[in-house]
Amino acid sequence: MIPELGQLAAALALCLALAQALLGLVGAARGQAVWMAATRPAARGQFAFVAIAFACLTVSFIYNDFTVAYVASNSNSALPLHYRIAGVWGGHEGSMLLWILMLSVWTFGVTLFSRQLPLEMVARVLGVMGLVSTGFLLFILFTSNPFSRLFPAPPDGRDLNPLLQDPGMVMHPPMLYMGYVGFSIAFSFAVAALLSGRLDAAWARWSRPWTTAAWCFLTVGIALGSGWAYYELGWGGWWFWDPVENASFMPWLTGTALIHSLAVTEKRGAFRSWTVLLAILAFALSLLGTFLVRSGVLTSVHAFATDPTRGIFILALLAIVIGGSLLLYVWRAPAIGLGGGFEPLSRESLLLMNNVIFAAAAGSVLLGTLYPLALDASGLGKISVGPPYFETVFVPLMAPALFLMGVGPLARWKKASLPDLASRLRWAAAAAALAALALPFAMGRWGAMVALGLLLAAWVAASCFVQIWEKVRNASGASGAWARLSVVPRATWGMLLAHFGVAVFVVGVTLVKGYESEKDVRMEPGDTVEIGGYTFRFDGVRDVTGPNYVAGRAQIPVTRNGKVVATLYPEKRIYRVQNQPMTEAAIDTGFTRDLYVSLGEAVSDTAWVVRVHHKPFIDWIWGGCLLMALGGALAASDRRYRLAARRQPEQYAAAAAR
Amino acid sequence: MTRFAIPVAIFVALLVLLGVGLKLDPREVPSPLIGKPAPHFELPQLHEAAKTFSERDMLGKVWVLNVWASWCVSCREEHPVLLDLAASGAVPVYGLNYKDKREDGLAWLKGMGDPYKVSIFDFDGRVGIDYGVYGVPETYVIDKKGVIRYKRIGPLTPEIVKSTLLPLVNELDRA
Repeated sequence: MIPELGQLAAALALCLALAQALLGLVGAARGQAVWMAATRPAARGQFAFVAIAFACLTVSFIYNDFTVAYVASNSNSALPLHYRIAGVWGGHEGSMLLWILMLSVWTFGVTLFSRQLPLEMVARVLGVMGLVSTGFLLFILFTSNPFSRLFPAPPDGRDLNPLLQDPGMVMHPPMLYMGYVGFSIAFSFAVAALLSGRLDAAWARWSRPWTTAAWCFLTVGIALGSGWAYYELGWGGWWFWDPVENASFMPWLTGTALIHSLAVTEKRGAFRSWTVLLAILAFALSLLGTFLVRSGVLTSVHAFATDPTRGIFILALLAIVIGGSLLLYVWRAPAIGLGGGFEPLSRESLLLMNNVIFAAAAGSVLLGTLYPLALDASGLGKISVGPPYFETVFVPLMAPALFLMGVGPLARWKKASLPDLASRLRWAAAAAALAALALPFAMGRWGAMVALGLLLAAWVAASCFVQIWEKVRNASGASGAWARLSVVPRATWGMLLAHFGVAVFVVGVTLVKGYESEKDVRMEPGDTVEIGGYTFRFDGVRDVTGPNYVAGRAQIPVTRNGKVVATLYPEKRIYRVQNQPMTEAAIDTGFTRDLYVSLGEAVSDTAWVVRVHHKPFIDWIWGGCLLMALGGALAASDRRYRLAARRQPEQYAAAAAR
Repeated sequence: MTRFAIPVAIFVALLVLLGVGLKLDPREVPSPLIGKPAPHFELPQLHEAAKTFSERDMLGKVWVLNVWASWCVSCREEHPVLLDLAASGAVPVYGLNYKDKREDGLAWLKGMGDPYKVSIFDFDGRVGIDYGVYGVPETYVIDKKGVIRYKRIGPLTPEIVKSTLLPLVNELDRA
């Protein structure tokens, strides 16, 4: 009964999504206020029914209803409860339902926080979102129904893929999808603006907080995925340039360009057609990511759910949604016009360079991801493009981006002066040079790439502090450092925190790359191995039993200078249902280093292959991502976005005069 | 106007690429063995352990070598296709019973029908390693000179037999 209710709820959600799309788009085109006013309740109703559908599927998982085909292939009665819940999005059908749930959550958010927007704008935005939702609901109902029954019911389920039985995997897809799908709002605002012909600073201001919020979720989602790969795959790497990782990274790069370009459009009215294009592209790449993962066009560690007919459906959806909006862009963009002019050295020009770099980065990731497919499609053979390509492309692109990140926020709009910037940033430059020269020696060995990474990280961080210092010194109308800082808007603090997060991230990447060490050794009980000043002793492996797996668990005490630092328990698990072996790495996490041990194969009754890693500063990578996301959240919550937008024209004028 | 049409042009090219890509199988990896002489083996037969069979016995004939096992689920799906192929008489089919127990393999053929002229018995999978077997079933077409001309990883389908395997066999027969 419950699955049928879920199916019915999904069908009703489809009807409401269609109503929302038609009422919004046609109502706005015809100027029908009643139609337009009906989009909000339609969108809220759609959210309610999608939530019911999702809840029904979750209940089927919780109560082990193996008459539901999707539950039978992604769960098992021995699976612990929290993984049964996460199992809802452990396969194709459920993850698409999660995608739709996220879309309806965002849509619901728009209905709540759009009171200050003109009705016509709200109707168009909700209309476009309803159209996207209609497409995806059709997709699950016709090609990927999670509620399909299976008769006769199997006695037990095939179990959740053991790779996904992990706390990081419980949170990674919802966060990632919140990010992916969140870009649909920026996209809908862009399409609505193209339809109405009103592409102004107000439009940019409305889309900004939504875009930034989506970007935050995507940042956290990617960081969680990377953290999961780090400890679950047992190789000790944190990013593999896997096609599906790339699929999530491309919208992130485009989204990063978009949030910067929106700043220019809001403050200066410039870059308008470019910003619209970026908003379309960010969502296009999110959809492309969905297509790449779900169609099986590319092989990767993620390709566990593939089916060509689904691929054709998503491709058609991609063609309609993105092709349609790009055609609209061809039609409307020429009339958009240019914004305020600016000098070659100004905050606008620096942000333009940011945009060019991030767009080039997204383009090169796209090229590297699709190049093997292009060769294969033209019959030129099979190749794979891996880390060497991406690293070769990325370092030269990101180094100038980091340099500009130190300069951009200090530059004035319209026209900046080089001597002025140079004098304000001289201490930051000195700090960066000092860090590049001295810090590598403190780590034990000086290397050019390490020095470059630290130079840029220190430069970005120091520039953040210069900006705070200038605010303390220059703020007018308030006395005392604290009072002066308290008038700084949250958006500025958010920007500073996110940029500081980038510096932290770069430190992590640089130091791990420069100083990590690892050893693969065959160990008998009592053997020791030393790495990075730590001694690991292998005390043997004993058998343990988990809820749905059996494992060999090694005990490895780690000492430094004779003192015990930690005891690590890496495991080699066999998940009983799928009979799949899994490596469960053991990690001792620290502020300045991780100690990472994973268990290889048993080479005799007592001896095992053990892989030990010393990873200096690796947690700074995810710490940096978290700071970036926090910064974004802070910026998105700035109070000026919540002010009545009706005051917008004079604010825009004031901003332009500044 | 044309400037603004660049994105849509790129997008159309991308769609075409992805559409073509949907028809390709990314798991189909070309074997480095194609165009090379079939690796040598001399193995006992499945039905009569005393007799052996070698790829050299087949010189001068075009033949198909199919790797199978009783524990292999996809082989079950493939089996009717092989029975049809063998019954058509277009090409002799030989089996390599891979990492199996002799009694299991024999029982399987007895129950499901035996498409193979001869099955050879590769208990420890040594020959499988020489042939680069990494997923069962696998199928090889070997020409008159003993050169591997085609390899399929995964089950044969009636379409593959009709559109790829039989035309190739005909061409090789004429050569």
